[in-house]
Formats: sequence, structure tokens, C-alpha cells
Amino acid sequence: MIRRRMPLFSMLIAALATALGLSGPAEGGTETRTWPEIVAAAKGQTVYWNAWGGDERINAYIAWVGDQVRERYDVTLVHVKLADTADAVSRVLAERAAGKKEGGSVDLIWINGENFAAMKQQHLLYGPFTQVLPNFHLVDFADKPSTLVDFTVPTDGLEAPWGMAKLNFLYDTARVTETPGSIPALLDWAKAHPGRFTYPAPPNFIGSTFLKQVLTELATDPAVLQKPAPDDAQFEAVTARLWSYLDALHPQLWRGGDAFPASNPAQRQMLDDGVVDMSLSFNPAEASSAIANNLLPDTVRTFVFDKGTIGNTHFVAIPFNANAAEGAMVVADFLMSPKAQAVKQNPEAWGDPTVLSMAKLDPGQRHLFESLPQGIATLPPDKLGPTLLEPHPTWMTRIEAEWQRRYAR
Amino acid sequence: MRRRGLLSVLPALTLTLFLAPVIAGLIGTWLPAFGYLPALGGDSFTLAPWAMLAAQPGLGESLRLTLLSGFLATFLAFALTVGFLAACHGGRLVRAVRGLMAPLIALPHAAVALGLAFLIAPSGWLVRLVSPWATGWQLPPDIATVQDPNALALTLGLVVKEMPFLLLMTLAALEQVRADERLAVARSLGYGPVTAWLKAVLPAVYRQIRLPLYAVLAYALSVVDVALILAPLTPPPLAVQVLRWFNDPDLSMRFVAAAGACLQLLVVVAGIGLWRLGEILAERLGRAWIAGGSRGGNGRLARPLAAGLVQGLVALAAASLLALALWSVTERWRFPDALPASLGLETWARQAPHAASVAGTTLATGLLAAAIALLLVLGCLENEQRRGLTLSNRALWLLYVPLLVPQVAFLFGTQVLAIQTGIDATWLALVWSHLLFVLPYVFLTLGDSYRALDERYARTALCLGAHPNRVFWQVKLPMLLRPVLFALAVGFAVSVAQYLPTLFAGGGRFVTLTTEAVGLAAGGDRRVIGVYAFLQALLPLIAFAAALAVPKPLALARKLTVQPA
Repeated sequence: MIRRRMPLFSMLIAALATALGLSGPAEGGTETRTWPEIVAAAKGQTVYWNAWGGDERINAYIAWVGDQVRERYDVTLVHVKLADTADAVSRVLAERAAGKKEGGSVDLIWINGENFAAMKQQHLLYGPFTQVLPNFHLVDFADKPSTLVDFTVPTDGLEAPWGMAKLNFLYDTARVTETPGSIPALLDWAKAHPGRFTYPAPPNFIGSTFLKQVLTELATDPAVLQKPAPDDAQFEAVTARLWSYLDALHPQLWRGGDAFPASNPAQRQMLDDGVVDMSLSFNPAEASSAIANNLLPDTVRTFVFDKGTIGNTHFVAIPFNANAAEGAMVVADFLMSPKAQAVKQNPEAWGDPTVLSMAKLDPGQRHLFESLPQGIATLPPDKLGPTLLEPHPTWMTRIEAEWQRRYAR
Repeated sequence: MRRRGLLSVLPALTLTLFLAPVIAGLIGTWLPAFGYLPALGGDSFTLAPWAMLAAQPGLGESLRLTLLSGFLATFLAFALTVGFLAACHGGRLVRAVRGLMAPLIALPHAAVALGLAFLIAPSGWLVRLVSPWATGWQLPPDIATVQDPNALALTLGLVVKEMPFLLLMTLAALEQVRADERLAVARSLGYGPVTAWLKAVLPAVYRQIRLPLYAVLAYALSVVDVALILAPLTPPPLAVQVLRWFNDPDLSMRFVAAAGACLQLLVVVAGIGLWRLGEILAERLGRAWIAGGSRGGNGRLARPLAAGLVQGLVALAAASLLALALWSVTERWRFPDALPASLGLETWARQAPHAASVAGTTLATGLLAAAIALLLVLGCLENEQRRGLTLSNRALWLLYVPLLVPQVAFLFGTQVLAIQTGIDATWLALVWSHLLFVLPYVFLTLGDSYRALDERYARTALCLGAHPNRVFWQVKLPMLLRPVLFALAVGFAVSVAQYLPTLFAGGGRFVTLTTEAVGLAAGGDRRVIGVYAFLQALLPLIAFAAALAVPKPLALARKLTVQPA
């Protein structure tokens, strides 16, 4: 009958030890080829783009990008839909653990913030490469400084800006008449409407952003947040206001703060169901687009805080062992093209704000943006309020851990 | 002779195919748990990961949720199975329910969980049906019916899915222990129907279903996909938490994750040990109870209660499926409307191209994994019969290894090995990873029928001079066509339902209906979830229907060709 083969065990241990032993930091190198050389090398390549796949509209946009790059550059784009960007980071890491220095399975990653910081620190990224992409030079570095500094970590040409994000709040005018204009006012609103507000559980990025909004708005000196989080005593002093705020807020939340939605789309669903009265988004056009898609009632509108809300940039990066680095660069460049950026900013498609500078575009390109429709729930750019800078990623890591310690037990 | 040589290595090959990745994966997880992962600068052995694990906030609560839902779900599924069979033995209801169990087992866990979540949520269908006319609720009540603090929704989801499996395994075991004769003797001694079953049948049957029960317990203690949908998140049960640690952007958390994965294995081992202790205790008490000689009542109360509960669970599963189907054709359905305000096929139309390719991957992977598993299992069984061997208990335990070892406890290690051998993120790795879980189920489904086939058929054919291979192809296989196809359908259903193996071995390049549905679960658009979860449930059901429908014309055709001769 079934027999056991003992040598198998020792064989496997040996194989695994070799697997784990074959490793070391990857070599980084500046991309020195010219653009035409890269485009020529990209021809016929297949690019596996690892990007969060939780939003149908974004998925449809990525599919459109795939059609465009096949037509223009003969590059085949495959969208690998992730539940969490960290999955791709894991994968690249596992590949390095196994000594796979080329021919990796990830060619392009949609990334920013702590995932970028982790990959940069671990030397898991290809490049610097952005300087050779023609459309990179159309980016608005002056008014959108976060295109070069990702959560205070310099991008150093290792990731190409793709879109802008800004925290905003969704509410249903059928149930809410007056909206709070600041973090302290939000607490008063929650006290007056117990059980009607909540936020996604950190480390969901919108949930973490809400914490950073509270931290930044209540900090006596927000400048300290731009540096790495300090030692414990100082960390405690700076974050004390955040925790006392949350201690006061949580009992007023949905389910008394015992449970939190898993993500912001989940909270958007709760807003639609009437479970809560507000939702949060990083995309100023999300409300309009959700109304157009029958996901929210047309009475939903958006608001921001008077002194501004947290904003940042999201990017694409290439792993050090990408199988199709050239194809990935071609895709990254196309993503920054005026055409692709304008289609992306259209609220009927996705509504993600552009990273480009209108001043650097020619009139024809500018017209692509000026002719875009404005959704009924979207605040115009001049009503979006000031942008508050993302704190250094170390703050986020520490705050998320502390949040888990305090509220998730 | 050469063929025979091939056949005799099949058991070893089969065992290697599905045990090697598990063992390698365990090693690849235990090493980092003790600090050894050179890729992240861990090149010496240390207990630091365990200390970090112990310091993780919410670990105690995660463990509490895991143990509570795991034990409660297993116990309830077991109690319901025993209660139902004891109260309704031999009745028409048992036959009717038996027919329903196969499709229930075929339904993927994730699909049932997604449907259930929508059904029982405060804004779910059940509340909508009675609001606001009966409840007065214009807005959903702020109560915790899913992702509740005691993981009762998770427990319910597990019971709905595990009870059918246990019921079917117990029904199969009943035939082996000659339950009818035991019952007849006990009844003639004046025992009531339920008491007779519990005293005369259960002790014998329990021995047969012990392994399936342990598999259910191990599964319930380490489930990821159902927990992602129904369990609380802050903090989640241990298995989900381990997956989160594996996915933490802070790469040093990989060590904590590895230690957590090992803890998950220890939890399952300890859980099974604890259950075993419970068995011993129950045996002591039960023996005294049996020896006491009380005859028990006529079971008039037990019957409707047990029947009602089981029917309720079946109805819940059916309603979950219906909810998914309804959402997939919904355009707009706001609380508290009992039914969608507008219906349409727009979601299906928009998802069609992508859904077709995802369903194609699911179908191809499932069919291939099930077919390979079937070939190996048939080879093993035939080899066993030709050599006159019988399956020992220890070998059966080996078969259960992939079902008893929690998936999160070895899949990361397996992934590293797959990359090392260059097969990661390939179809081969995906099919192989599914095979680990498909193979045991195919073996369990087919084994008994294969061995139960009256050996005189084969002996007669052999005496007439037929070669053993000819006997296999022309006598055994045609006679066993129905169980063979049924095993194939079971294997296919198991493959369709795999979540973690697809995630790890597929490397994101292979998207199946399960990964798509679970991935969308956090995304909120119920209409799209409805499409994928419904398709996910539909594929295995079609496979079962096909397995049941195909043999008829085939058998008829054979009869027609054989008769003239």
C-alpha cells in the first residue's frame, strides 16, 4: 500500500536551505538607455501589472490602458488584481529569497507610501528610471510636491507619479443638513448623532489617513510629523491628543466603536444602506461616479475641512527583477501622457485627478482636461481646500500599531 | 508486466505528490519562525519571532475567536448530524436530505458566506423583508449580526457548510457498521428509536467518522475565506491575522507571520487533542449511560426539532444562493425595500468578458486537478486490490494530512520552494496546489465504493481468461461509472473552492472565481459580488448534475451493444 519515502525529507530540507540561502540585496542601477531604445526593446513584451483590483471602474480603466499600449507599442498588459498591494511586495521578496534576480513575475506595481518606503529600503526596486520617460517632464512638480516626495520619502526616480488623492467626506443631504468643518467639529457632530459615523479599520489606507488627519489637525507643531517618528516619550507627547480624541469619538461611532468597516467601498455601501450617514474617500470624484453607477443616491454630496485635508500622490514602480522592465517603462510613460491622464480624470471613467501641470501642456492637450464633465457631487478644484502633507511613514506605522494595541483587542 | 510495474509505484508517487509540498512548506515556515530567513537578514536561530508574536496586540482575542468559532461550529455540526440521524433514521426525510447534501457540499464556502452575509446583516434581506412594516426600521438597526464580537456569524457559516459533509460521511459509515441490524436488536429490547440509535449505533459509527470530524475541526480552526467575510476584523481570528502579518509592508513582520503560522498549527494540534480528551470523557460517561439501561422515549419531540433545524440550514444555504443570484441582476436595491427597485442584466453584460476568462481558468484548473487526482486514486485502489492489500489506519491518516494541517501553516514555505524550482505562478503550480486538497477528497469519495464492488465480478472475468487490465477497463470501471464520475465532481468542487492555494501558488496571475469573489467582498458592490459568487456556486453544481446525468445514456448504450452478444 502507500509507503513512506524517508529520503524525501532530507532532500527537501536541502533544497529549501539552498533556496533560503541564495539571497542578498539586489543591485540598483540608473536607467541609461535612450527612450527609442527602450520602446524598441519593449516591443512584444508582456507586462504583468500588479494593481489593487477592488474597484470596477479602475479595472475598466486599466483594461483601456492595455488596449492603448498594445496598439501603440505592441506591449501586452496583464492586470494582476491584488486585494492588497503588500501581496506584490511579498511576492518580490519571496522571489529574492529564492535567488530569482531576473525574470520575476511582477513587472509593474501600483504603489505609494509605506509599501514604497519598504521596497526602497530593501532595494527591491528597478531604476532610477523616471528621468528617461518623456511624459515625466510634464508633471506638476511645483504645485504638487508630493509627486517627488512620497509620504516624505524622496522618490529618487524609482516610481513614476500616476494620480493625485485628497481626503474628502461623503454625506447624504437627505439625512444630514450641516457638515462639520474640522476634526473637533466632527466630534461634536458624532456626539449629536451617535452611531452614525465610522471610519475604515486601519491599516486600510483611508482609515489610516483619517488617523493622520486627526493627528495633523490637532498637532501643536505639524512640522515634527515630516521627520521620522521620534523615541517613545516624544511620540507619546505628540500623539496624546490623537488618542484622547479617539477615546472620546469611538463610543459615539457605529456599533460603539467595537467594529469598523473593512474598507472605504464597504463604508460607501453602508452609507447607501443608511447604516451610517457619512463615508470617506481619497478621490474627489468618487461620490459623483458612485451616483452615476447606482451605488449611491443622487442626494449624496461631498465636503472637506476648512483648514484642509490630507493629500498625496500614487505611483507606479518596477521591481528589481522585472521580466519586462522596458515594457513596464513604456506603460508608466503612457500612464502619464495627457491623453491617459485626461481619460482617468473623467468622472464618468474614474475621476482620479491628474499629476500633470496644465502650464506645461499645449492648448490641444489642455483642452482634453478643460472639456471634462464635472460630476454633481464633485467639489471644484478651488473648493477642495488646502492640502495637508502626509506625515513620514514611520508615524503611520507607529500609529497603526498603537491603534491596534488600543482598539483592536 | 511493465504496466503492473507502473501501477505499483503509483501509491508512492501519489503520496509524494501531495505530502512533499506540505512537508517542505512546513519546514519553510518553521525556519523563519525561529529567525532563519536569510533574504531578510535572518541567518541565526532565535526565539525573537515568538516573543514578538506574543507581544502582538489582540493575539489573545484572535485566539479566543478562533477557538470559540472552531469548537462551537464543529460541535454544532456534529450534534446536528447525530441528532438528525438518531431522530429520523431510515425515514423518507433522510433520503430527501441526503440528495440535497451533495449540492450543499459542492457550494463553495466563500459563496455561501457572501450570500449569508447579505442575508443576515442588519441591512440584509431578512430585515428588509420585514421592514419597515413590521419593525418600524427606516434605517438598519445598529446591531452586530455579522462580524459580531463572538464570531457567531462565522460559526453559523461554518455549520451550514460542514454539517452536510459530516452528514454524508456518517451516512456512508452507517452502511459499514450495519446500523439497521443494530437498531433492530436494540428496538426489540424495548429501546426508544432515538435512544437505540445513540446507544447501539453511535459508538460504532463514531469510530468511522472520527477523521472527517477532525478534518472539520481543523478546517474550522484555520479557515480564512469565510472568516474574511463573516468574522470580526479588529482583531480577526488567528488564521486571518497570520495572513495579514504575511502581507504587512513592514517586512520584518514576516518572522512574526511565520511564528503565527506555526502557532496556528499548534492550535489545530491542540484542538484535536482536546477533542480527543472530550471523546475519552464522553466514552466513560456514555458507557455508564448505556449500561444504565434506560430505554428512552419515543422521540416524538426530537424528530421535528432535528428535522426543523436541518431543514432550516438547508433553507439558509438555498436563500444565500438566491440572494447572490438576485443581486447579480439588480440595478438598484436600497434599504428597506424587500425586493430590488429595478432589475437588469447590465452587471452581467459588463462583467461577461472578464467573468468568462476567470470562469475558464477555474474550469480548466478544476477539471485537470480532478482528473489527475482520479487517475492516481484509481491506480492506487486497483494496485491495492490486485495485491490484496488493505488500507491501514495510519495510511488513512496520511491521506488526511492536507486536510488536517492548516493551509496558512505551510503555504508560504511552499511558495518559496515553488519559486526555487521555477514553477511558481505557473499553471503547474496552481494545479498541483489544488491537487493537495482534491486528492484526499477523491480518495475518500471513491475508496468505499471501489472496495465495496463485489469481487466475484472481477474473479469471474479473470477465470474466463481476461487480463487484469481488461477486467479493470471493461468490468470494474463501467460498473463503477457513477461513483467515479461523482468523485470527479467532488474533486472539481474542492478545486473551485480553493482560496489560499490559488492566492499563493497562482501568484496573482491566475484568478479563479473564488479569489475574485473573496477579493471583491471587501469592495462593496454587491451586484458584482453577486455575479462572481453565483458563478462560483454554479460551476460545481453543474458538475454534480452532469455526474448524475451522464451515466444514464452511457449505461443504456452499453446495454444495447452488449445484449446481442
